[in-house]
Formats: sequence, structure tokens, C-alpha cells
Amino acid sequence: MKNLLKYLGNYKKEAVIGPLFKMLEAAFELLVPVVMARIIDVGIRNQDRPYIWRMCFLLIFFGVLGLCCSLTAQYFAAKAALGFSAELRSDLYRHINRFSYHELDRAGTAALVTRMTSDVNQVQNGVNLMLRLFLRSPFIVVGAVFMAFTISRKLTLIFIAAILLLSLVIFLIVRTTLPIYRRVQQILDTVVRRVRENYVGARVVRAFSRQQDEKKEFEETTGLLKKTQLLAGRISAMMNPLTYALVNGAIIWILLLGGGQVYSGSVTQGEMTALVNYMMQILLALVALANLIVTVTRALASAVRVNDVFAMEVTMTDEGNTVQKEKENSPRVAFKQVTFAYDHAKEPSLSDISFEAWPGETIGIIGGTGSGKTTLVSLISRFYDCQEGRVEVDGRDVRQYPFRQLRRKVAMVPQKAVLFAGTIRQNLMCGKEDATTEEMEKALKTAQALDFVREKPEGLDTAVAPGGKNFSGGQRQRLTIARALTADAPILILDDSSSALDFATDAALRRELRENTQGKTVFLVSQRVAAVQSADRILVLDDGHLAGQGSHSELLADCPVYREICLSQLSREEVTAYEQ
Amino acid sequence: MNSRETLKRVLKWISPYRLQVTVMIILAAVTVLTTLYAPILIGRGIDALVGKGEVSFGKLRTIVLELAALAAATALSQWAMSLLVNRITYQVVQDVRNRAFAHLQQLPFSYIDSRQPGDMISRISTDVDQFADGLLMGFTQLFTGVMTIVATLAFMLSINVKITLVVVVITPVSFLVADFIARRTFTMFRIQSETRGEMTSLVEEMVGNQKTVKAFGYEDRAYERFEKINERLKDCGVKATFFSSITNPSTRFVNGLVYTGVGIYGAFCAISGRISIGQLTSFLNYANQYTKPFNEISGVITELQNALASARRLFELMDEPAEPVDDEHALTLKEATGEVSFEHVGFSYRPDVPLIKDLNLSVRPGQRVAIVGPTGCGKTTLINLLMRFYDIQKGRLLISGYPIDQITRDSLRAGYGMVLQDTWLKSGTILENITYGKPGASREEAMEAARKVYAHSFIRRMKEGYDTVIGEDGGSLSQGQKQLLCIARVMLMDPAVLILDEATSSIDTMTEIRVQKAFEELMKGRTSFVVAHRLSTVRTADVILVMQKGDIVEIGTHQQLLDKGGFYANMYNSQFVR
Repeated sequence: MKNLLKYLGNYKKEAVIGPLFKMLEAAFELLVPVVMARIIDVGIRNQDRPYIWRMCFLLIFFGVLGLCCSLTAQYFAAKAALGFSAELRSDLYRHINRFSYHELDRAGTAALVTRMTSDVNQVQNGVNLMLRLFLRSPFIVVGAVFMAFTISRKLTLIFIAAILLLSLVIFLIVRTTLPIYRRVQQILDTVVRRVRENYVGARVVRAFSRQQDEKKEFEETTGLLKKTQLLAGRISAMMNPLTYALVNGAIIWILLLGGGQVYSGSVTQGEMTALVNYMMQILLALVALANLIVTVTRALASAVRVNDVFAMEVTMTDEGNTVQKEKENSPRVAFKQVTFAYDHAKEPSLSDISFEAWPGETIGIIGGTGSGKTTLVSLISRFYDCQEGRVEVDGRDVRQYPFRQLRRKVAMVPQKAVLFAGTIRQNLMCGKEDATTEEMEKALKTAQALDFVREKPEGLDTAVAPGGKNFSGGQRQRLTIARALTADAPILILDDSSSALDFATDAALRRELRENTQGKTVFLVSQRVAAVQSADRILVLDDGHLAGQGSHSELLADCPVYREICLSQLSREEVTAYEQ
Repeated sequence: MNSRETLKRVLKWISPYRLQVTVMIILAAVTVLTTLYAPILIGRGIDALVGKGEVSFGKLRTIVLELAALAAATALSQWAMSLLVNRITYQVVQDVRNRAFAHLQQLPFSYIDSRQPGDMISRISTDVDQFADGLLMGFTQLFTGVMTIVATLAFMLSINVKITLVVVVITPVSFLVADFIARRTFTMFRIQSETRGEMTSLVEEMVGNQKTVKAFGYEDRAYERFEKINERLKDCGVKATFFSSITNPSTRFVNGLVYTGVGIYGAFCAISGRISIGQLTSFLNYANQYTKPFNEISGVITELQNALASARRLFELMDEPAEPVDDEHALTLKEATGEVSFEHVGFSYRPDVPLIKDLNLSVRPGQRVAIVGPTGCGKTTLINLLMRFYDIQKGRLLISGYPIDQITRDSLRAGYGMVLQDTWLKSGTILENITYGKPGASREEAMEAARKVYAHSFIRRMKEGYDTVIGEDGGSLSQGQKQLLCIARVMLMDPAVLILDEATSSIDTMTEIRVQKAFEELMKGRTSFVVAHRLSTVRTADVILVMQKGDIVEIGTHQQLLDKGGFYANMYNSQFVR
């Protein structure tokens, strides 16, 4: 939490004014019992009606002042808390934007979304409550003791004793129940897991006729949940009765001891009512504090999680890199003995990979899932840094380029077809901000997407819902291909990006791509032999190793892994037909 | 379903706990009454302390004793009440959850297949909690609130009618203020939650797809969009937070007015001797307490409404028709022969979209049937019908010579081994997963099955071997390893008929070969239905069914179909377009 408090920096004024006015309000509230005591002791006793009126106006005046203070406090607290969270969120997002794929893998994007939304909201609630209420309760408690002190020193001791006991009771109860509630939360997670498992796996559960056993297991979990909840409930059920009994005990004590003091004349009857009143205020303040603790604990947990994100250092930067000129007569992309392993992975995902890709060449990459195909192409755009060897683009190490320049050279169609909310035009312009309509239509045509875009009444300006959900999987895929083509970059990477297309469209797409990407270096990633067999060169990946490179017929002749892949997809006759 | 009906059914759920609820209500009443009696006693105590030399200690002592007894009674009844509320609440929660889960096990696949699990999860987890918390705790709060108001009024009236009137007249002001603020706040909250929704969807879109964002260098533009919403969120957030937080101070101010009013009028009454100082103190105490439940009640009512909404969602779930139960004369199939025959079978998921119209097929024991065809042609549907996940709508489907709907589901399914494309594993140990289809199987049997399907070696290499706990959805296992476990699970069952959806596209080459061998091992000598993705399976099948739009368009062996030069030959050749 401490690290995050710096985001209150710009709201120092508000963060101070808020609690300050809150305390002022509390002060006015603390004065009320004293005024009432004066009414009883002076006004009623002396039958002084004008005095009573004056005191009542004073009460109303205090009320108005209290209201003003409180409104001021709430306003500034809200401003500080919301300003705080806006700056926090903004900074968090800037931080996440600097993350490389390493950090994204480590944190997980789903978790990052939660940090940016619900966790920041929780922290904001915590700050708001802290500014408004957290200081108020202790202030009321201390203030009430102080006021009691001005009335009777001896009776103040009862107050102090009562407060100590009350705090102890509340503290003990909160401390014992918090871990139990955490356990309740864990069991609830199990409940959720079981429901999901049984929903998703309904076919298997029923195929094996295990419904009864699953029910029994679920009932065991809910039984455990009930037991734990009851345990927590039994302890927190003591809170109200105990504090109530304690406060009334204190009042009894005050009455007994006060009796002597009133008898000796050191305390008046009105003052006694004030003391009883203060006792009540203390109880209310402490109970409010106990309720706050829960919210604040939750906020603290969120703050810790947000902090963890901030604590993740960006492992890859382009700081200090200057724009690079391309080296003449060098391959467009070259891998030199590249070895790469993901964080915490035991085995490298790519081992000792070397190859060159020249302008105008189409390179096919084939291998099963997990063989390292996607990893290989992500190294070209420097989404990851390899641990050994080097990756070169236009003769320069990718680590020398500013990210901007490097990624302009590469247009990528990722496996997951993601479009951004906006219009088709805006999406196509992602890769090239000044793309003309003709350029875009040309790209759409090559990507086999022009027809369905033209059919839309709004054409290029058709709205795209977040994630592109208003398009079918195949349409989305073709639009992401068009987006990459619009960028008109010298390197084009298609990562298994025609999986949702039917055979005819796929064939047309491949034909058009071949015709319209002259002079570019194209990488075609696929698991299917048919998709890559016409490439100039095919890289065969097996478990991170380059099992072979060459044309289809070369590989068939001397790469056993490729042969095996072909055999599993083509018939023996077709494979041997090639060999002849 | 309207609120009254919902409420009626809710009461039915609670009815087993009638007695406990009654006791709870009595305890609540006792708590309220004793709590409210305390100020009167304290007032009397104050009356015993008039001033210097005017203290009646005897009276004070009795009052103090009474007060002590009263406080003890209050504390006890409050404690007993809380325990009871907890007990009933958590018991009802457990009942409802178990019932909902049991219902889930009986829901037909037409329901499960058409909905996301998230909806079911939120009903069984959040809605159940909200329903029980809101209803029982809300009800107790509402009850004690109303009781407090009524009893306070009665107590005040018993002391002095006119001062009570002062309180009653000023209180509505508090309502008006709270209502006025609530109305304003509502709009602002709506704007805030809309903006927050915009923020969440932007963050989900951008951060959720951060890799794509980076691939296109879209970070800066995403940040611009983000900042715009962030700024708006701040502005409307300040307003919403501020306005909602002024309710408390404002009502507190009105309470202050009530307090002052009572003070003035009470003081004048005291001067003329109509009430004592102690009674005035009691009154001031009541004036503070009286308005509190009013402020709480509006909150409680929202909570009750939420609880009812949750209850409604739960009832919706419970009202979903379950699968029809097995016919009482249904037959327990002891020994499946592996014989399957479809006679003029018709089936469709939606009445307006016909799928399978007239399917005829007869499979002899031990035959290997490959099913091929484009996506959406009905391959999976065939599996659904064979497993009786869905019921056929026309014609007859005979299993081992008996109509499928005259066999108990359990015995029918016991004759099948099914391996699906999406590998489902339970969170638990490897051993538990392998023996899932044959609970009680010995460790040796499980290991034998794993060995047969080439899973033994990777399991042995795991940290705890067969006792390694795998998390939800297989956790750290690779796709291929999960598939091998699923195959081992079926191997152990030793079924007569196999149903395989043998997609292995997402497995690395080495494991793929192993999985393939495992499948081969499994199919030896069994009738098998294979949704085939690889040509090697198709080529060696005894019968190939070529499906298109729900019908079998061609049937025969690989060579027969190629020679025919029809749809199959076309599809087969299209894989090699150059």
C-alpha cells in the first residue's frame, strides 16, 4: 500500500483536507452531549427559558457546521480517492504497455485485466474509506475520553478500561475470524471448480455413469463449507453481545461511581447524562471501525497484487537504440544458431536454429504443436530475446533496432484472429496510419475479404465490435490477413492463419498471396503439408530442433521427420508419387 | 415468475426450518424489547442522582441490578439469535447448492451444449449466497428494524405523548432528504457503472490481447483511448462517490434536528415538571435510536430485492426440465455384443433446422467404422445419439439387438468406451483419473492399462508418479499426455464398443505417433466408431461413412469410394491442391 500512496501525491491538499474536516465534524458531534448537559444543569434547574433557547440554537448551529464540514470532507475524499485511482490505473497501464512477451506470459493477460479493473477499484474504495472514516472512529474515541476527562477525572478511568476491553474483544474476534473467512473463500473456489468441471465434463461423467459419486463429492465440499462458515459465524456472533454487555457494564459502573460524585457535588446530573452518551458514541465508533477492517483488508490484498505487477521489471527495452540502415546484400531474416527457452521452462523451445530468408522467398514452417513454430516467428519481431545466437533482420541484430522501426518491417497475422473495436478502416490502418482506400481494398481483395466487406452497407466504415465478435471466425481471419497486408511491410508472417477457411477460399487465398507479395519475404506457419509444400523452402521443426530445411521433394528424400508428417497426412502412393 | 410466486417457493425451501425460524423471531423480539428498555432504566438511574446531597443510593442499587440483568438478557438473546440465523442460513445454502448440483447432473445436453458454464457457476455460487444472505439476514434486519420503530414509539408514548409527536413530525424530513439524494445518486451511479463497463471492456480488449497490440505497435493509440475513458471515469466517479456519501451526513443532520427538538420541548416540559430529567435522557436516547432503523431499512429493501432476483434465477435453473428418467421396465444390458443398427433414424437439434433425416446403418461386432465429412455435417451428432446424450426423434436405434431407449442409460454407457477430442480430466490424482471409469480398480490394473497405451513411462517420470495431483483441466500436462490418460481410462474399462473423436492435430509429432499406437491398441477386436481426421485411419477402416448435411452420402471402403469418384474422392483430392 505504501508504494501506491505516491499516487496521492497530486492530491495532497485533498488528502489532508478530507480527514481534517471529517475530524472537525466529529468534534462538533462530541460537543452535543455537553450542551445538553448545560441545558439540564443550568436551563432546567434555573428554569431559564431564554438559556434553553440559546443552547438549542447553538445545537442547530453545530449541526449546520458539522454538515458543512462533513460535506467538504466527503467531497475532498472522493476527489482524492478517484484521482488516486485514475493515476494509478493510468500508470499501471503504461507499465503494462512496456511489458515484453516474457512479462505477459509470466503475469498472464487475464490476471492483468483483473489487476487493472477490480483490484484498482478495491484499492480506490479502501483509500476513500481511509480518508473518510478510518480517522473518524479513533478521533471520536479519543475525543470522548477527553470530554469525559473534563467532566470527571475519576470516571475517565472507567472509559479507558472500557475502551481497552472493547478494543481487545473486537481485535480478537476480527483476528480469529479473518483466516477462517479466507478458508471459506478457498472452499468456495472448490465449489466453483467442481461445478465447472462437472458442467464442462458432463459427457465424460455420464459416459462413465459417475453422477452419484460426483454428487457425493460435491455434498462433501458443501458440508465442509457449512462447517467452516458456522465456525466463523459462531465467533463473530459474539461481537455484538459482548460489546453490548461491556458498554452496559461500563454504564453501570459510571452510575455507581457517579452516584458518589454527584452526592459530593463534583459532578452534576446533566454531566452524568453526557457521560452515558459518550459511552454510547464510543461503542458505535468502535463497531464501525471493526466493519471497516474487513473492507480495508480486502483493499490491502488488492494493493499487494497491484504492487506485484509494478514490481515486475521490464526485461527487454529498446532504450538507446537508434534507427538502423539495412546492410546491403544481406538476407532479410537470418537466424544464427539461435537457442531460446521460455521463463521457468526446463527445456529450450528452440535449439540451435540457423537459416536465412531472402527477399522474394516464401518460407514454410511445419511441425506439430509445441514444436516451436510460433516461437520461431515471434523472435523475428523481437517479442522475445533469444538466449544464445542471434536473430538478424536486414543484416542487423534485432536488438539494435528501436521497436518501432523493427515492427514496421514485420507484418504479422497471429494465430488468434483479434480485431479491435472501431471500424474496419481503423483496423486496417493499424499497420499503416496513412493507408489510402485503394490500398485497403487491394489488401482486402488479396485476403479474400473484399466481397463480404462490400456487401455491408457501410463498407469499410462498418463498425467492429470489441474482439471483432460481429464477424464470423473465417471473416475475422481474413480481415486480420488484410490488416497485415495493408501494412505493406517487407516481411509477412502468417501464423497458421487460414484454419477457419474452407478449402476453396484457402486455395484462392494462397494463389492471390503468391501473386501479390512479390519481393516480400513471406513466412507460412502450418501443421498441414498441403499448406507449405509449394513454399520455396520449408523448415521442419521437431521439438524445438530444426529437423531439416529444403524444398518439399528434397525433404521427402532425406528428412525422416518430414516424411513421417507427410505419411500421416498423405497416402503412401501420394508420397511415393513425389519421389519418382 | 412474479415476486409473490418466488416468495412462496422461497418459503417452501425454508419450511423445514419453521421451528427454528419461529424461535429466531421470538429471540429477535426479545432482543429489541430489552435493548429498548435499557434507556428507561438508565433514565431512572439518572433520576436517582439529582444533585449534591440528593442521591438515593438504595434506589440506584436496585436500578443498577435491574440494568445488569437486562443487559445480560439482551446479550444472551442476541447471541442465541445470531447463532440461529447462521445455522439456518448456512443449512439452507447447503441444501440449495446440493439440489442445484444434483439437477445439473440431470440436465439434458441440449441445455448444457447451448450455454456457457459461467452462467451455471454464478447461479450455484453467487446467487445461492446472495439469496440466503439477503433473505435471512435481510429479513432479520427488516424485522428488528420495524420492531424497533414500533417499540420505540410505544415506549416514547408511554412517557410523554407530545414529545413523541415532535419526533414523529420531524422524522419524515429525514426520509425526504434521503430519497432526494438517492434519486440523484441513482443517475450518477448509472453513469459511473456504464463508464466502468466501458473501461472494463477496453481493458479486456487491449490488455487481454496485449500480444496482438504489441505486434501492431498499437500501444500508444490504445493508451490514448484508455486515457479518455479514465478521465471520464474519474469525473463521474467523483460525483457518484460524493453524492452517495452525503446521505449519511444529511440524515445525521436531520437526526440532530430531531434531537434538538426533543431537547427544547423536553426541557420546557421538565421545567413545568411534566417529565423528570431521567425521562428526558431516555427520550434523547430514543431520538437517536428511532431514526437509525429508517435509514437502514431502505438498504435492507434493496438487499431483499436482490435476494429475490437471485432466488428467481435459481428457480429458473431448477425449473429447467431434466432428462427423462429411465423407463421402469428398462433392461440392464449385461453383455454388449458390439452390434449396432440404425433404422430410418431422424434427428435434429432445432426443429427448424433438419439434420439427420433418414439414417440407415448396420454394424457387425468387431467392425471399424470411420466417419468423415466437412464440419457441421453431423459426425459428432452420431456420437451423441450412440451414447444417448440426445434421444433419436424418428426410427429405431438398436444396440446389441435392443432398442436404445429400452436399456438403462448406465448399462448402455457401461458398454462403451469414449475418447473425445477435448480431453477432460478431473482435478485429482493420475490414478483417480485412470480408474474413473472403473472405480475400485486396483493400482496394478491401472498401471497395466497405462502401460498398454504408452502412458506408463511419462507417468512414472512425474514427481509423485501415479499419485501426482493434476489441477483443473489437466494443469501441467501436455495435450498429448492428457489424451493418453483419457485413452488409458477407456482401456481399463475394456468396453465392447469404442467411440473415438481422434483429432490429434494439437500434439507434437512424437507424442502423436504414440497416441496413434495407443488408439490402435485400443481398437483391436472391438467395434469402433471413429470420427476420423487422419487418412491412415480412414484407409484401414472396414466401412467409411461419408456424411454431408446430416446424411450419409456415401458408404464403402477407401478403394470403393475412390473408384466411385464422388464426394469422398473429391474431398480426398482437394487436400492436395497445388
